[in-house]
Amino acid sequence: MNNDDLLTRILTCVELGKVNRNTPFPPDMKGMDGADELTRLALERGIKPSEILNDALIKAMDKVGQKFADKKIFVPQMLISARAMNASMVHLKPYFQTGEVKRKGKLIIGTVAGDLHDIGKNLVAMIVEGAGWEVIDLGVDVSAQKYIHTIQEHRDAVVGLSALLTTTMHNMRTIVADIKNSFPAVTLMIGGAPVTEQFRAEIGADGYASDPQGAVAYLNSLIHEV
Amino acid sequence: MKYKSLTISEPEKLIFGDAPLPVKTKRGLIIGGGRVYAEVNFTLPPMEVSLKTLPEVRKHYTEITEGILERAIELNSRGLVLELETLLEMTRTPAIGVELVTVMNEICEKYYQKYNLPVEIRLTPNDLREFDRPPQSRTSSYLDSMLELFELGSKAGGNLLSIESTGGKEISDNALMMCDMKRFIFSQSVLGVRDMEFLWPRIVDIARKNRVIAGGDTACGFGNTAMILADRHYIPKIVAAVARVATVPRTLVAVEQGATGPDKDCAYEGIFIKAITGIPISMEGKTSACAHLSPLGNVAAAAADLWSNESVQNIRLLSGMAPVAYYEQLEYDVRLLNEAKRCGERESILLQKLLVNSDIGYDPQALVLAPGNVIRIAGQIIRGKNSIDATVSGCKEAIKIIREAIDSGQLLTDEKELVWMDILESDINSVPTGESEFVEMMLPELGDTFIPSEYGL
Repeated sequence: MNNDDLLTRILTCVELGKVNRNTPFPPDMKGMDGADELTRLALERGIKPSEILNDALIKAMDKVGQKFADKKIFVPQMLISARAMNASMVHLKPYFQTGEVKRKGKLIIGTVAGDLHDIGKNLVAMIVEGAGWEVIDLGVDVSAQKYIHTIQEHRDAVVGLSALLTTTMHNMRTIVADIKNSFPAVTLMIGGAPVTEQFRAEIGADGYASDPQGAVAYLNSLIHEV
Repeated sequence: MKYKSLTISEPEKLIFGDAPLPVKTKRGLIIGGGRVYAEVNFTLPPMEVSLKTLPEVRKHYTEITEGILERAIELNSRGLVLELETLLEMTRTPAIGVELVTVMNEICEKYYQKYNLPVEIRLTPNDLREFDRPPQSRTSSYLDSMLELFELGSKAGGNLLSIESTGGKEISDNALMMCDMKRFIFSQSVLGVRDMEFLWPRIVDIARKNRVIAGGDTACGFGNTAMILADRHYIPKIVAAVARVATVPRTLVAVEQGATGPDKDCAYEGIFIKAITGIPISMEGKTSACAHLSPLGNVAAAAADLWSNESVQNIRLLSGMAPVAYYEQLEYDVRLLNEAKRCGERESILLQKLLVNSDIGYDPQALVLAPGNVIRIAGQIIRGKNSIDATVSGCKEAIKIIREAIDSGQLLTDEKELVWMDILESDINSVPTGESEFVEMMLPELGDTFIPSEYGL
């Protein structure tokens, strides 16, 4: 197996959710090496961590994201792929720390104050992470102060705000204004069932995404700016 | 399990407008007594809710209530229910919620006195305990606010009390996303049941003390979350159908603890509760598309005693304000149901059959709500030795029904759904019957996502 084959196998493991040799899923890969073992092997062979990240892991998650967007797979299948990717990332972690490999950027994400709905937000976080971004998840019921405090520590981050309730859209408006007052240059992306492009323009946020793939596309469009 | 037999055991008797245990309200509605009534729910447009904005909030609720009741007179309504499902601030500051009940009740009383129109308010405080992560179901100060709103709101005119309680939600959301039915069953049959056993005696006490009606609970945060996830193709419909059934023993606890109905509108599992206990139920279907989409538009009406729109914002449409427009749609829906009842048993059963058959071939979630299937599933649930066994038995029967419908060609199913049947079955079969065994099995994998002591564990 040459290095290209090895990267392809890592890609396949992540795409199909083969975490390691011991995991039973997918059944037709039972007993075979998974993303965990193959990533270790790739590094031992001297394949650059950035190649593993970009040519195997991110490509795999792109494919998974596309299958999900095309309604060919469900969320659990995507989550299993994310687990396989995480198994690989464990081996790449030291290289992130030294700066040898870099993520595309950083996203601070949370559901706005007064709102507890986090299923959609979690899904966005997972897919964005799979697309090569670092995600800082602030959880639910996030106040402007909490966003601002986190931005102070991560000034290069894009900030994502989610709301599911029409009544918490008001809080989104206030939080966006508060953040922009403190950090006029920060990029703010919003989303959630009642949120629209028109609302984005109205409240002065920078980007709007109606689904997780849209969030990734928007973030990727910012890369040169981050 | 308190109920050992079904109160309704024939599909034709599990029908709209008639419940073996009808509920009579203060202003004279007899819910489940031979007539279906509209139940209208509404919410604010995007705006801040606080003591500061209370005048504006009050204005909205006044306008909504006046608008709906004025239209009710125009349409010769025989009565209706208005639901006030509170928002965060209305519960956290009970004075706001109480103020709105008071305002609405004054208008209801005015129309009752002037036109003899019986209107009742269902007061549904939202469950705030979720705001703590993980929730402190028994010790959170949020609980005090909720109970205070129940107490003061029932004195102010909230004559039907309900809640969408959320015990177990810290586990169920991820369980659904992962289609992990074992975890989901744990969230319902252990955490959900325990939380309901804690919460509902308190609500029933308040209702008895203030001489109002303890309506019932809804697994909206569980069953409807699954339905919406399936609608967005995030999880298989089959998983959502089985998840719906898994909520039944949990919602049943409210009645076991003294709730008398009408069960709450967004509880699509209400039809099972009606079959088991005989209490009247509120249901929502096609006319709730203003709040969420569903595959249950017609079938949901098959056994409804109240017919609801779930929720609509107070915004202007071409015809008028949205709550008034949606009330009118509900009123025409219930006119049709009531006309069938007026015509006789044969016509009612025919309409019930049309409502059911027009939906059940397209989605397993509709299939499991067909009265015949409800009776099969509920029959298995009541045989359960405990809530876990009841939940597992109901889920197994639901899978059996879905398989039969797929095999016979009655149910259209996407190929990618089918693999989940075996996964679900294997998951469900791995659930032990004993609670302590189940808890012991789940604790290591659930870590600190929930606080066992908050569930009395």
